[in-house]
Amino acid sequence: MATRKILLANDHIPGIQTYEVYRRQGGYRSVEKALKNMSPDDVVEEVKRSGLRGRGGAGFPTGMKWSFLAKPEGVPRYLLCNADESEPGTFKDRYLMERIPHLLVEGMICASYALGCRASYIYIRGEYKWIVKILERAIEEAYANGWLGENILGSGYSLDLYVAPGAGAYICGEETALIESLEGKRGNPRIKPPFPALKGLWDCPTVVNNVESICAVAPVINDGAEAYAAVGVGKSTGTKLISACGNINNPGVYEIELGLPVEEFIYSDEYCGGIKNGKQLKAVVPGGSSVPILPAQLILKTANGENRLLTYESLADGGFQSGSMLGSGGFIVYDEDQCIVRNTWNFSRFYHHESCGQCSPCREGTGWMEKVLHRLEHGHGRMQDVDLLVDIASKIEGNTICPLGDAAAWPVASAIRHFRDEFEWHVREPQLSQQRNYGLAGQTLATV
Amino acid sequence: MVKVKIDGFEIEVEPGSTILQAARKIGGDIVPPAMCYYSSLKGSGGKCRTCLVKVAKSSEKDPRPMPKLVASCSTPVQDGMEVENITNPGVLEARKAVVEFLLINHPLDCPVCDQAGECKLQDLAFEHGSSLTRYEEERRTFDKIDIGPYIQLHMNRCILCYRCVYTADQLTDGRVHGVLNRGDAAEIGTYIENSIENDMSGNMIDVCPVGALTDKTFRFKSRVWFLNPMDAHRDCDCCSGKATVWMFGNEIYRVTARKDEYGEVAEFICNTCRFEKKDTADWVIEGPRHIERTSVISQNHYEKTAGDVPGTMQDN
Amino acid sequence: MNNNPHPSIEFSLEMMAEVERIKGQFPEGKQKSALLRVLHLAQEEAGGWLNIPVMNQVAKMLGIQPIEVYEVATFYTMYNLEPVGKYVLEVCHTGPCAIEGAERIIGYLEQKLGIGVGHTTPDGMFSLKTVECMGACGYAPMMQVGEFYHEKLSEEKIDRFIEDCKAGKVNVGSWKIDKLAIN
Repeated sequence: MATRKILLANDHIPGIQTYEVYRRQGGYRSVEKALKNMSPDDVVEEVKRSGLRGRGGAGFPTGMKWSFLAKPEGVPRYLLCNADESEPGTFKDRYLMERIPHLLVEGMICASYALGCRASYIYIRGEYKWIVKILERAIEEAYANGWLGENILGSGYSLDLYVAPGAGAYICGEETALIESLEGKRGNPRIKPPFPALKGLWDCPTVVNNVESICAVAPVINDGAEAYAAVGVGKSTGTKLISACGNINNPGVYEIELGLPVEEFIYSDEYCGGIKNGKQLKAVVPGGSSVPILPAQLILKTANGENRLLTYESLADGGFQSGSMLGSGGFIVYDEDQCIVRNTWNFSRFYHHESCGQCSPCREGTGWMEKVLHRLEHGHGRMQDVDLLVDIASKIEGNTICPLGDAAAWPVASAIRHFRDEFEWHVREPQLSQQRNYGLAGQTLATV
Repeated sequence: MVKVKIDGFEIEVEPGSTILQAARKIGGDIVPPAMCYYSSLKGSGGKCRTCLVKVAKSSEKDPRPMPKLVASCSTPVQDGMEVENITNPGVLEARKAVVEFLLINHPLDCPVCDQAGECKLQDLAFEHGSSLTRYEEERRTFDKIDIGPYIQLHMNRCILCYRCVYTADQLTDGRVHGVLNRGDAAEIGTYIENSIENDMSGNMIDVCPVGALTDKTFRFKSRVWFLNPMDAHRDCDCCSGKATVWMFGNEIYRVTARKDEYGEVAEFICNTCRFEKKDTADWVIEGPRHIERTSVISQNHYEKTAGDVPGTMQDN
Repeated sequence: MNNNPHPSIEFSLEMMAEVERIKGQFPEGKQKSALLRVLHLAQEEAGGWLNIPVMNQVAKMLGIQPIEVYEVATFYTMYNLEPVGKYVLEVCHTGPCAIEGAERIIGYLEQKLGIGVGHTTPDGMFSLKTVECMGACGYAPMMQVGEFYHEKLSEEKIDRFIEDCKAGKVNVGSWKIDKLAIN
């Protein structure tokens, strides 16, 4: 079945980055519709009814998040777009912003109108330097054509939109760290409560939404909540961008209808095109490095034998025992030659490097896990290290200020849950285990 | 007023109070330990995670439990809230884990650390920690840094509570030190090896829960438990002049601010009082300072002696 | 290395104009918000790294304490606190890139440049760094040099790239907005 494209319907059209082409393809219609025919609350309601859920990873209903925003008299409110895409395996927001920057600008205008913001910011990771310029150029074009600035379309609504680059910190994808960073500070997540909806940027009520969520607002307004909700399955409505990478034939960004079977996504030529070099599928991390890794049999089918679908619910089926999460849609595929221990150490190094260092379990625990995994991977492991890792992970999880602690703990816990034999093999065969690393094709599990 | 129950003890507190504040009002064993929270420092708390508790019932209106353990120092109470601290094994286990995390990179140099005897981490480890370590990797180390004539920074011992940063922010004009780098490489410093020169800077020593910031005028002079803490005051145009002087015989070994049972300073003192007034003639001695039983200092039955015969320390 | 905190440094008029533009994006009294971007600009003007006079000057421009700048500069990985080469090769070594041979690429670069990760060639041309996930997982292995990503790296591509650098043919871009990317 060919996927209905909602966000990427026009991404192949030459010049779609420019205002003229984008507008000719029907761009900015949602702003006209919202500002002329809808009240801000109508827009919120429309988004609520569409069932759109946060596309950054948590999957919280966007419209509901908007309705929590406090609206005290005389206090400015802010909408911040989270374009700090840094979750390993995730590169979808980059694609949207590079390819169709005006879609994000359009979504930002509708969303800012719904929330009553006078100024909004797109906080983008600093490494996406060239995209900062693409976005600033798009914004300039939008100003020049009357979609931003004072009294947009004569509606009385005014909005300024800015791009603010970060400077290299995964943690700034956490919404309160993002706010701190945007205030020109270290990216230390805030202690909650208070939540940003009450006290966010400069202590004003603030909403932080992912790039893809904001982009989706434009088609939701254009075509209506019902049309959007008609796509997808159950509470997973609409489409989702999946960035696929690893040992597959066609890595890239795909827009899928939520509900697509994982098996079809991996093996169909329309998407990943199967495992590279005719190898076997070993494991998948379906939603960015933070979410639990699943072995082949559990990513294709749930523990109950049902087809695993690309939806929030299906991927989570079985909890952390046998399930995972849709997360950010960073879909990392591992073939039979990949070393799970090495990958786990690699991820652990990432979280150790990215911990802000504010709270003790994460600051100390991420480094501890990395060191133990480094030893294991390099042939100096002990059998008790495997349980020690599970224990450290369990003591970081749930005890930290922000979700980075959980994100660091889950990959370790899940890798040991599903691939304990491989960890133990590293202890038993320290010499051999060092020869089986990334990219060492030709060795199969059978030869181990 | 809102009603809250902590480990079965009920109390009424002002709306907006935190769980920790409510617990301190009840007092006793059910008060969660706190390594980073400091009531007089705005913005402090939430970081060390030693005060984690279980909220078994969120409020009268919403009786559901909170899904995760919460930091009691930064979670406001709700009417009808029920909290479990020492009655919840999960809480105690999490606390033990936090102690372990705080200790894995902490040097085991209590025998040569000036803070020994009044160290909050020592107390915490004694009460909640394990006697064995599972950490066999290399410990993180930093060089010692001099941050002026009076204060030494021994970063290895720091637990990154941020209290000294808030102190400098809120008590002095023009903070010159802060937290640099990130993750487990984060450190307190001035970056350019500046000295911290400010009349109130010595208070950073008092708010430091561990031996990371110590008083250079007192270094290696004596163990704190050999000294008599006495409340004393003097006329000072810079601060209240109300302090605790730590004496051995008739000599003043060091001066600190007066601390309450949670180790918190009631009134901050200036550097002149702290570092330069070490003569008994400088002070009007009021009488012995009450020291809480949770402190190692109290191990020498100080309180009993001091209470009976003010101003003497025969047990020492 | 000039780490003397006292001498002040002069930024170009072009940069000062850009700083004013950025400050204007934030409400009155919230100019500290401009810090991250101003530091990017300052680093670019100061030869690729932030020394103390530069950071102090930034503090002055934004009306904040120097320590507030140091705190931020040491938190974010894009700021260099030591001198770097003309071309800083930042190679991603996170999971998805590692699957596609990032470690091999890093080894190749070390060998080719004759330096280890974290070092600069004696002629000041190249610095080699490893970085965490850059959001190019589908086009791995990759590195960033200045403004741009270089993806699907191979030994041959690297050879060509190094040659191009030596011939002065590589565009590293700029944080200044008037120099728009040709992407």
